[in-house]
Amino acid sequence: MTDQGRHFTLKNDAGVQLANGGLLEHYELAVCTYGALNENADNAILICHALTGNQFVSGTDPSTGKPGWWSQYVGPGKAIDTNRFFVVGVNNLGGCSGSTGPSSINPATGSAYLNDFPSLRVRDWVATQHWLMTQLNIKKWYAVVGGSLGGMQAMRWCVDFPEAVERCVVIASATSLTAQNIAFNELARSAISKDPRFADGKYASQNTLPEDGLSLARMIGHVTYLSGTGMNAKFGRSLQRGSFELGNSDAVQFEVESYLQYQGAKFATRFDANSYILFTRVLDYFDLGRDFGGDVSKAFTQCDARFLVIGFSTDWRFSAQRSEEITDALIRATRHVSYACIDSEHGHDAFLIANTRYEALLRSFIEGEPKHG
Amino acid sequence: MDNLSPNLQTVVRWIKPNSRVLDLGCGSGTLLSILTEQKNIQGLGLEIDPDNILQCVSKGLSVVEHDLNTGLSRFDDASFDTVIMTQTLQAIERPDLILDEMLRLGKDCIVTFPNFGHWQPRSYLLFKGRMPVSDYLPYSWYDSPNIHFFTVNDFETLLTDKGYRILNKRMVAQKKGIQTQLCQFWPNLFAETAVYHLAKF
Repeated sequence: MTDQGRHFTLKNDAGVQLANGGLLEHYELAVCTYGALNENADNAILICHALTGNQFVSGTDPSTGKPGWWSQYVGPGKAIDTNRFFVVGVNNLGGCSGSTGPSSINPATGSAYLNDFPSLRVRDWVATQHWLMTQLNIKKWYAVVGGSLGGMQAMRWCVDFPEAVERCVVIASATSLTAQNIAFNELARSAISKDPRFADGKYASQNTLPEDGLSLARMIGHVTYLSGTGMNAKFGRSLQRGSFELGNSDAVQFEVESYLQYQGAKFATRFDANSYILFTRVLDYFDLGRDFGGDVSKAFTQCDARFLVIGFSTDWRFSAQRSEEITDALIRATRHVSYACIDSEHGHDAFLIANTRYEALLRSFIEGEPKHG
Repeated sequence: MDNLSPNLQTVVRWIKPNSRVLDLGCGSGTLLSILTEQKNIQGLGLEIDPDNILQCVSKGLSVVEHDLNTGLSRFDDASFDTVIMTQTLQAIERPDLILDEMLRLGKDCIVTFPNFGHWQPRSYLLFKGRMPVSDYLPYSWYDSPNIHFFTVNDFETLLTDKGYRILNKRMVAQKKGIQTQLCQFWPNLFAETAVYHLAKF
């Protein structure tokens, strides 16, 4: 049994005051909900998506025809059980899966925003998600959950709206990106902007698509989401075609090459390049300690939520050490926090992939009743 | 509390209500649960075993995956009221250093450990000529997690060398009766478990 969810769009004509000082006067959020909100409205769980996720957390993602991006963990009987919880997935502002973003029409000009879409920060997403919460008549989230960039939103929720979050699950995330992590994002952005068909972000108005650039950006990103061990286990040195037999001159292609090319090409047709650039910048700008003199624990001091922080052993894009830093900051702030480092060979992608221990922890934390103290 | 071992009952008695407690090697969270219920503590457990961590999370406790042998430098000075370690000191690479750390993180600390000077392991070694194996210390010498064997006297010598203060101590015999009385007079010979409440200087 799967729950295909209820998909709808909500329009906000009051607009949102952005962190960059600007006002986005009108915006729409594309939302997909699973399960039912109970009478007390106290069983709602917000799932925040990562860089390339969307509102289709469970069920089938109509844009790909494949299961929603976190259907491994969200659905009837899953760790986040939609028979019991009302799960809310939302495409973040600036995205390309139905919410207002660079390819939407700017009412002020009558043409698409393209590269003129305002720069965003994680707190802008949280502000718009907070508006969504009020629209859904939810006073307090039973839990806010997110991996990677989603984990940043989950933490930001607890800092900006401490009274609105009961549990917070932060998976394979960080309180700010490292220089190396920003560097990978810059590689991806350069790949896109150097594609002649990107046309300074005006590709849509010129009826072109920077598919080569976007594909390369995805290939770079994809490698950083896997672990060396995992890639060796999956591909090793297997050949897709050709051979090294002496006397044979057929061109050789390794399986890993073919896989990356395929993943890049597939992504380039489904994701918007301006959204990709916008979102990687949101990642780069995030720094939970910035408003608190660089002390993340001060940011957490006002949080009421109970936290579960999870890292993965072979994740190097958001290493387990970064999750331990989150945990230590929460301990310093005397908050309730549990932390586990899950053994997995799947690198950063592990947060999306089936894993018995991860599943059990997530389920126990979500379903467990807190001990008061 | 009744089905709690006598040494853990002692620990519960010594913990101040509403205090902030760190339990090193908290296992499945039995002690933290009771302390939370009875003393309204704000507890945090450190644990390395995945099944134990899961059980703690299921009980709604705060537990952090951590290998005690990597030290406790990630935690701030005086960030807890009391730091507890039950039946784990003998399994730590450097018990002396972890004691220092416990008294750095906490205002005081409580340690329980198996007394290797108890007459049973002594006579086992004396008469059998082999390292003691019992219900209480059930491991063989080669697979035992217990890498330091020490007695109540050894421990008190360490405390004297360090200059740590004993706020309270209790010697526990597994069986009630004569042994309970004996272990008050000859703790090094009759205590199976020793429970110490310590502070700095």
